[in-house]
Amino acid sequence: MGGANRRVARAGISILAVIVVFVLLWEGYKLIWTAMGWENPVRPDNRTMPHTWDIFLALFQPAQRNGPPFILVELRAALMTLREAFVGFLIGGAVGFGLGVLFVRSTISERAFMPYVVASQTVPIIAIAPMVVVWGGRANLPQWLSVSLIAAYLTFFPVAINTLRGLRSPHPTSMELMRSYASTPSEVLWKLQVPAAMPYIFTALKVSAAASVIGAIVGELPAGLRGGLGRDLLQFSQQFTAAPEKLFAAVLIAGLAGIAFVGLITALEHRWIGANRRLAA
Amino acid sequence: MSAPVVEARGLGKVFGTGEAETEALRGIDLEIAEGDFVSLIGPSGCGKSTLLRLIGDLVSPTTGTLVVNGKEPRQSRLDRDYGIVFQSATLLDWRSVQKNVELPLEIMDFPDAERPTRAREMLDLVQLTGFGDHHPWQLSGGMQQRVAIARALAFRPALLLMDEPFGALDEMTREAMQQEVLRVWGETGTSVVFVTHSIPEAVFLSTRVVVMSPRPGRISDEIVVDLPPKRDLDTREDPRYFELVIEVREALRRGESGSSGS
Repeated sequence: MGGANRRVARAGISILAVIVVFVLLWEGYKLIWTAMGWENPVRPDNRTMPHTWDIFLALFQPAQRNGPPFILVELRAALMTLREAFVGFLIGGAVGFGLGVLFVRSTISERAFMPYVVASQTVPIIAIAPMVVVWGGRANLPQWLSVSLIAAYLTFFPVAINTLRGLRSPHPTSMELMRSYASTPSEVLWKLQVPAAMPYIFTALKVSAAASVIGAIVGELPAGLRGGLGRDLLQFSQQFTAAPEKLFAAVLIAGLAGIAFVGLITALEHRWIGANRRLAA
Repeated sequence: MSAPVVEARGLGKVFGTGEAETEALRGIDLEIAEGDFVSLIGPSGCGKSTLLRLIGDLVSPTTGTLVVNGKEPRQSRLDRDYGIVFQSATLLDWRSVQKNVELPLEIMDFPDAERPTRAREMLDLVQLTGFGDHHPWQLSGGMQQRVAIARALAFRPALLLMDEPFGALDEMTREAMQQEVLRVWGETGTSVVFVTHSIPEAVFLSTRVVVMSPRPGRISDEIVVDLPPKRDLDTREDPRYFELVIEVREALRRGESGSSGS
């Protein structure tokens, strides 16, 4: 347990260090570029690059006159987006895992479907999103579910590819060993292949967690869904000249939402490894 | 005298087709009696591992007949008649030593209550008492291989197949493991087919040494090891032991020159 605390403390310190370095670079850039009169690549003025403390303070100013502070409104938006992302992540994760299992069981199905799985990822999400929204609307799905499906679209691919790789990772002699026990395909799957695939699957889940947040943010736009991060980010970018710090503050929160999700998966991964390597070290 | 555990007649195996065709084994006649300890020895490419895999129904023969425990090899595998040990221990990293030994018992639907007891007995048998809660990567190579042997014997198979099980171990560990295997063999009465490329190992362990030669793999000689059944450090200094080592060595040389001439 002491190890877990130390790990959290170490993570906290390194996050703090990254923030300090980032602030120094940002403010240093502004200072030097202003002093030298440089304007490229980015103008150092307060409209284009607001002071870091202004961005930070913007978090605590009311979002609207006499309303709750910006940070509360945006955290609520982030929660909504995260919920859509999470549902999409679950759907995409399940589909990806299912495809991985299907492909490892049947080379024919891999040959038949894998090209489409790969091709699906070459179609930009921006093009897919409106279609999903329209179809979801026709099918009377709630709007948030359409957004989740868009998030799932980005999620399933890494999970499918890595699951397949992981399921194939056991050494041939391990497969022969299972064969010598006359084990059924599902015993081979659950006792050998899936445990062996777990490190691969966790890697994919971390990528997918981040991707699902992006999918949800992008999906909110064509869905015209209010109250999430997507809509707010769009709105603040339109108001950029008037209040640039708001956009930066919202981006900050969107980033934190993604980090929180990936962090959750990483924590699960550590728990899984911990449970299996209790006696290591 | 009971029926042989393994009976092969005119057994042959060809891998691949057309241009890529390789004849791994040709015309194998082999009989292994119950309780025998038979070593298959020969240079690499002589098909000794393939012969072992044929017995275990991990590959299928191209020609000839093979009977294992009085059945088709496939039926014998489905009946879990044999345990197998490979050159690498192939333990599952995410399982404790105890759970690794229990793996075949889980698959073979042994009662929940019986599995831990039996696994512990097997760990006692290979002298790994108290290591059940360790994980494979915490053990030395020799200890890992002992776990693999415990796992192969956990369901009390009639036949133990070993494919160069000590090939990756250092000489000292290797000799200790050989002694270990002989003790286990004596205590369990299992028939053993043991693939090796070490002449002293084959002579020390076996009741019979089957000498094989390559291209295509075939049996070129069989040598009965008439050393006393109880073998220990003294056996390794027994003049008869040296004679047998030389006999096997010469048989191997004859096999080699025979194949290069053909």
